[in-house]
Amino acid sequence: MLTKLQAKVFFLGGTAVFFGIFLVLSIDTHLKVPDQTNEKNLTPAVIAGKHIWEQNNCMGCHTLFGEGAYYAPELTKVVERRGKDWIKIFIKNPEAMFPGQRKMVKYDFNDEQIDQVIAFLEWCGNVDLNGFPADPPLRDALQAMGTPKPAATIASSGPAPLKKPVPAIFTTASCIGCHQIQGQGGAAGALIGAPPLDDVFRRYDREKLITWVKDPQKIKPGTKMPSLYGVAVNEAQLNEIADYLMSLNPAAAAPTAPVAVPTPAPAPAVQPK
Amino acid sequence: MKFQSQKIAYWFFASAMGLLLLQIVYGFIMGFARIGMDGLHEWIPFNTARAVHTNLLVVWLLLGFMGSAYFIIPEEADRELVWPKIAWLQLISFLVVGVIAVVGYHFNYWEGRKFLEIPRPLDYLVVVNVLTFLANIGLTIWKGKRFTTTAIVLYFGLLAAALLYLPGMIDFNNQTMDSFYRWWVVHLWVEGVWELIMGALLCYLLIKLTGVDREVVEKWLYIIVGLTFLSGILGTGHHYYYIGAPRYWLMIGGIFSALEPLAFLGMAIYALAMAKKGGRRHPNKAALNWTLGSAIMSFVGAGFLGFAHTLPQVNMYTHGTLVTAMHGHMAFWGAYAMINLAMIAYVLPILTGRKLWDNAASGYAFWLSNIGMVSMTGAFAVAGITQVNLERRMGLDFLAVQKEIEIHFVGLILAASLFLLGICFYVYNFWRFGLPTDEAAQSDVRAVEDLPPVL
Repeated sequence: MLTKLQAKVFFLGGTAVFFGIFLVLSIDTHLKVPDQTNEKNLTPAVIAGKHIWEQNNCMGCHTLFGEGAYYAPELTKVVERRGKDWIKIFIKNPEAMFPGQRKMVKYDFNDEQIDQVIAFLEWCGNVDLNGFPADPPLRDALQAMGTPKPAATIASSGPAPLKKPVPAIFTTASCIGCHQIQGQGGAAGALIGAPPLDDVFRRYDREKLITWVKDPQKIKPGTKMPSLYGVAVNEAQLNEIADYLMSLNPAAAAPTAPVAVPTPAPAPAVQPK
Repeated sequence: MKFQSQKIAYWFFASAMGLLLLQIVYGFIMGFARIGMDGLHEWIPFNTARAVHTNLLVVWLLLGFMGSAYFIIPEEADRELVWPKIAWLQLISFLVVGVIAVVGYHFNYWEGRKFLEIPRPLDYLVVVNVLTFLANIGLTIWKGKRFTTTAIVLYFGLLAAALLYLPGMIDFNNQTMDSFYRWWVVHLWVEGVWELIMGALLCYLLIKLTGVDREVVEKWLYIIVGLTFLSGILGTGHHYYYIGAPRYWLMIGGIFSALEPLAFLGMAIYALAMAKKGGRRHPNKAALNWTLGSAIMSFVGAGFLGFAHTLPQVNMYTHGTLVTAMHGHMAFWGAYAMINLAMIAYVLPILTGRKLWDNAASGYAFWLSNIGMVSMTGAFAVAGITQVNLERRMGLDFLAVQKEIEIHFVGLILAASLFLLGICFYVYNFWRFGLPTDEAAQSDVRAVEDLPPVL
């Protein structure tokens, strides 16, 4: 049987050997990490973003490289997933984007700081993580079984949508993140039931549409539609959105004047008998 | 107790009890936030609650380790502590730093690195504090009448823990390197040198409680901590799979962390074998329960549940999910919380001269807290596995999945209530022991330990 001295030698020797191997591997990691992480792309903005990330303990809720807490989404590929515009709007007022859902602290970052955070997350998204996060292996199988199809295939009951160029505001305010319009976007909304907007003129008139965008909860309490008015959409843009959506009505006014402006002219609404 | 300066241990333990209760309160805040009851969000957002919860854990465990060292070292070295007053100062300053850190977390004052959130200026204070602690017990051993393996292993565990705190203070602009060295602290603490401390405490308790000969117990201590380092050091690789480090860590981390349960299994068998050999003759049943419980629960929590998601193929999908929380809760409870509670259960009768070791409260404390923790682990497991399947394997949206698993957090809160009840019994018993007294030295609570050793 082992003596106490032999046991001691086993402990000290084993520890020394394995710690030695660990040190050698650590040095090798030091040499390889700059390439694997694209260290040359560590711009001042990325570094500033990292400091903001740390100073606000973002890891206390989110995970990055799978590390952190598990209260909020993994952010390694978030720039790829959501796009920069979406993230900008979201950080300014997280609760506007997900009303009534799990809360995120509303930080008073200025535009520059938000850009730095995004630069940091974008850099993280380009690090070679040995395949993490993996593509969900069962997603294709589920879609084949007929679970929610991409919104593009959900037919809207209206006439074939007109191909009208979609104004930029639909992208910058991330409307098309959830809603499909003119065959574009809609990926994130398919699961929460955000409808395509091509035939929204059938359901809402212009005034109700504006009220809806301004304060969704007023019309449909509990809806997942974010309140983006004042966050990502100003008064002029609101009108632009309404004008465009109303213009999709083929029965609307003359094609040259797509805006449904109430005409001041005393046009007789009803034919006098 | 044999030496007056050992009394300081009581105050370390009492502080630890307070912080443990506070830690549980913050755990409940997070549990309720997860079922949508987040009314405290404005004042205590989740990241604050989380930082407080994990940091209080570390602080109370360290207080427990330090208190244990202040009790064990004089006894093993057979002399009074060299600087009893410095020990007091060290306790108070440690608590002050801890309180500043925890309060600071409520005002966005932190470093934002998981488990090491303490802001940099306070890091330096912690270093100074721990150095005085190490000097105090180190000198006591140095000037002592005898050197024992238990004392040396305990001392080197504490020393290495202090040294390994330093890599966590290096600044990197590269998130990958930042993470790489953060794990030098966190992993090499909990799956390395803290196990040295745990092993030494376990060894000390087994010598005292089972009456088995010191030479036998200490010989196996070397084997156990040897196995721990053999697997644990390179096992650090399981944190390097997916953070931007080279691919070979997948193989190295996978192989060596698969060996980690062996060290814990060894520890459990060791404790049970010694208890059997010694015939459980010590009347302090509570301390023996906690000691054996710690050895077994650390195998289940740290060894078995850790193994469950340590292989790279599995970890690809479980990494960064609640599965980690499942493993983490039982691992820390079994390995470090329980060994501290065992030490406290053993030391209190000696410090106070009162034999509250076989009463109803101590039994309730042991069983309720353990059943509560096993149930909590179950709730985390169901939530975590569901999350892995829905989010990582089927590709559903994060928030949609969180809604699906909300119900398991109701279960978690119920289980945690049971756990809290058990801890309340423990603290109640602690309070009933009263303060340490000088007369305790004359009491007969240690009579059994003077019997000849079992060979």
